[in-house]
Parts: sequence; C-alpha cells; structure tokens
Amino acid sequence: MKNLKKVLLIVPSKIVARGIESALSDHGEFRVEGILGDLSHASEARLRSMDADIILVDPVIFDYVSRSSARSHISGLSSAAVVAVRTIPMDEEQQKQYDAVIGLYDDPVAIVKKLREAVASRQEIPEAEGYDLSLREKEILVCVAKGMLNKEIADYYNISIHTVITHRKNITRKTGIKTVAGLTVYALLNNLVDSNSIEL
Amino acid sequence: MSIDDRHIVFSASMKLADLIDLDWKLLNVLSRMGIGLGFGENTIVEVCAKQGINLNSFLLICNVYAYDGYVPAAELLAGADPVTLVEYLHNSHAFYLDKEFPNLEKDIRAMVEPCDATQKKIVAKFFTDYKAQVENHFAYEESTVFPYVRALGKKTRCEGYAIEQFEENHSNIEETLDDLKSIVMKYLPETCDTVLRNEVLYRIFRLGEDLARHTIIEDAVLIPLVNRIETAMSR
Repeated sequence: MKNLKKVLLIVPSKIVARGIESALSDHGEFRVEGILGDLSHASEARLRSMDADIILVDPVIFDYVSRSSARSHISGLSSAAVVAVRTIPMDEEQQKQYDAVIGLYDDPVAIVKKLREAVASRQEIPEAEGYDLSLREKEILVCVAKGMLNKEIADYYNISIHTVITHRKNITRKTGIKTVAGLTVYALLNNLVDSNSIEL
Repeated sequence: MSIDDRHIVFSASMKLADLIDLDWKLLNVLSRMGIGLGFGENTIVEVCAKQGINLNSFLLICNVYAYDGYVPAAELLAGADPVTLVEYLHNSHAFYLDKEFPNLEKDIRAMVEPCDATQKKIVAKFFTDYKAQVENHFAYEESTVFPYVRALGKKTRCEGYAIEQFEENHSNIEETLDDLKSIVMKYLPETCDTVLRNEVLYRIFRLGEDLARHTIIEDAVLIPLVNRIETAMSR
C-alpha cells in the first residue's frame, strides 16, 4: 500500500472517469483519490489541497485558446505530473506540454506504463540539484528569515505561491530544517542576512 | 527496543533491578514515580505496594516507555488508575522545566562561548522561543486536561469538557527540537568545541526520545483509559 500513487482526474465525462478509475484499480499501483469535472474556483482549491502524485486531465475542459497553456496553468496549482486524456484531436504543440498523453483506446497496461514514466520523470528533477541551495532558494530563505509570508514573497519576486512553496520544500529537504525560527538561525549563521534586518 | 527483540513485556513479579538492566532509560520513570534507588532485590509488585503506586499504571508506563509499538493490554488498562498517569505526566513536566531545560540551556551557553555576540544571541533566542513553545503546551495540559482527569478519578465529571478535545499537535515542538539538533550538528561555527557540542547533542537526543515517549503515554494510555471511564460514567 505504501507506494500507491495518488491520482486526481479532471475529466468532465463520468463514463470516462469511471472507466479510468476501474482500469487503474485493477492494477493497484495508482489509485484515483478525486474526480473533478472542471477547473472552477472550488475545484482549484481541492486540487491544491490534495497533494496528488499525478493529474489526468481531459483538455476539453480548456477552451481552444487556453488549451496550449493548460499544463502551465495546472502546474501553478500542483507539483504533480500532468497527463492528458485525449478525447479530442490535439496538435503536437498541445501534446508536448504534458508528461504523457493517454488515449481512450489504449490498453490499460500501456496506460499504467505511461503513468509510471510520467511520475518518474517528475521525481528526477529535484534529485539532480544536490544539496547546495540555489541562488533563488537563498533569496527566498532570506525572505523567510525576515518574517515574510509566502504571499508576500510571491508578490515580491512576481512568482506564484506554488513556486514559493516548492522552493521552501527544497530548502527544507536540503538543510533538514523545518521551522521558520530554525531557518532564520540558519540564514544568520551562514551570513545570508544581516542581523540588523531581523528582530532579535 | 521493539517488542520482537524481547518477547517479554514487563511483569509484576520481575525484580525492579532487572527492569532497569533491560532498559536503563526507565530510570527516568522511577524518579518521576517517586521511586528512589536502593530497592535491593524487591520485585515490581513489592515496590509499588510499599510506595502506594498503582501497579497496572506503572507497568503500562514502563512498557510504553521501553517498547516501540507497544499496545496496552486490555486487562492492564482495566485496572489502571488515571490519576497515577496524570501524576507521572505532571512530574515529567516538572522534570523538563526545572531540570532538563536549565541544564540544556547551561550547556548551550558554554558551547557558544567562542562565538561572536550576534551568534550567541541568535542561538539563545532560538532556545528561549522553543522553551516558551513547550511551556505553553504544558500549561494547557496542566490547567485543563489534568484537573479534568483528577476530578474523574474522584468520580466527578466536569461539565463542558471531554478527553476527545485533547487532540493536540506535538509536531511543532518536535520539529523545533529537531532543528536545534541540525543547527548544533551542522551549522555552528567551527570555533565551538566538539566535546561541548556532543554534550548538547546527547542532551537533545535524550530529550527528544523522552518527549516522544511522553506523547505516546498520553495518546496510547491516558486517552483510551479516560475514554473507558467516560463511557462507563455516562451509562
């Protein structure tokens, strides 16, 4: 049960959603933990809170103009791998943005393989970075040490809150330090921030 | 120790000295239960009788303390006394606040002696904040949870409170202590003496383990026991 990957479906067709759910449950490696019919405001909140490993999305939920930036829209909400469920014709540009594309006529075994590869490709990214903080991570760490909230940091650097959270997760993974107070001490001891700019 | 390492859990007829030989960290439990050393060849049941300590409660605490993943046996739980558990937890609080924290603070101060003024101040503030966080947490238990359980022990039920509200989050406290460990181990300047750093680290590791057991005693013994009593009283 440990390695069960959490799947979130964003698929308006109940028939398709049920079909994917049933095909995946036969294999036991992926489990559908949530089904959203669209990306309304409420759905986005659920998507953010769910912490899925992999998101399967039917591009039909995006209108034609936003379809080619669909992936980056979802990535702004979740760090999960994103796989397209092709129910409508997609051009190459549209397909390329996803970690994988599955079709309604694919064999379930082939689908599981594609999902596996999609998850693996996502996991490789942080590992390659090693344990030294990147320049951007140091900048974010300094903001945290100064007591700034995620929202304030996002506005300051003009990046999404999701990106700030990813950076903070990486900082904690690299340093092993979880609390804001601990990160502040880290920043001060490593001379990343001047003690005058922090309340002591 | 995990239960699989040794198939026995502690029993009433065991010599108290053997108990400590099996796990020396149980010395903590003895002192908090008011059991002094010099007990000779006396068994657990004899010492408990002499000191007026509820035997089942003592065994439950020792078993939880020594064995990972120990699940309290129903027959032990049935004869346990919530007030004994609360006194143990209360004495543990006193031990942390009056002994362990001042000692740790003293050792930290000696360790950062070679650092510059700012660094000293940073580390001291981190520890002071941690201490305040823990004190806050203990204060809630001392002022709300323990009086409720003591009253239950006298068969009176305080209105407006039930043990199910006592679902606390200890993770912040654990994370902060863990960060202190990382700071001492990885990030203090090299001018700090290694032996003194080790002393602080030993203290942090022991304290962390002790606090973790403390939490398990609350979650795995006190709460189920009080739940039973509440159910029995509302019948």
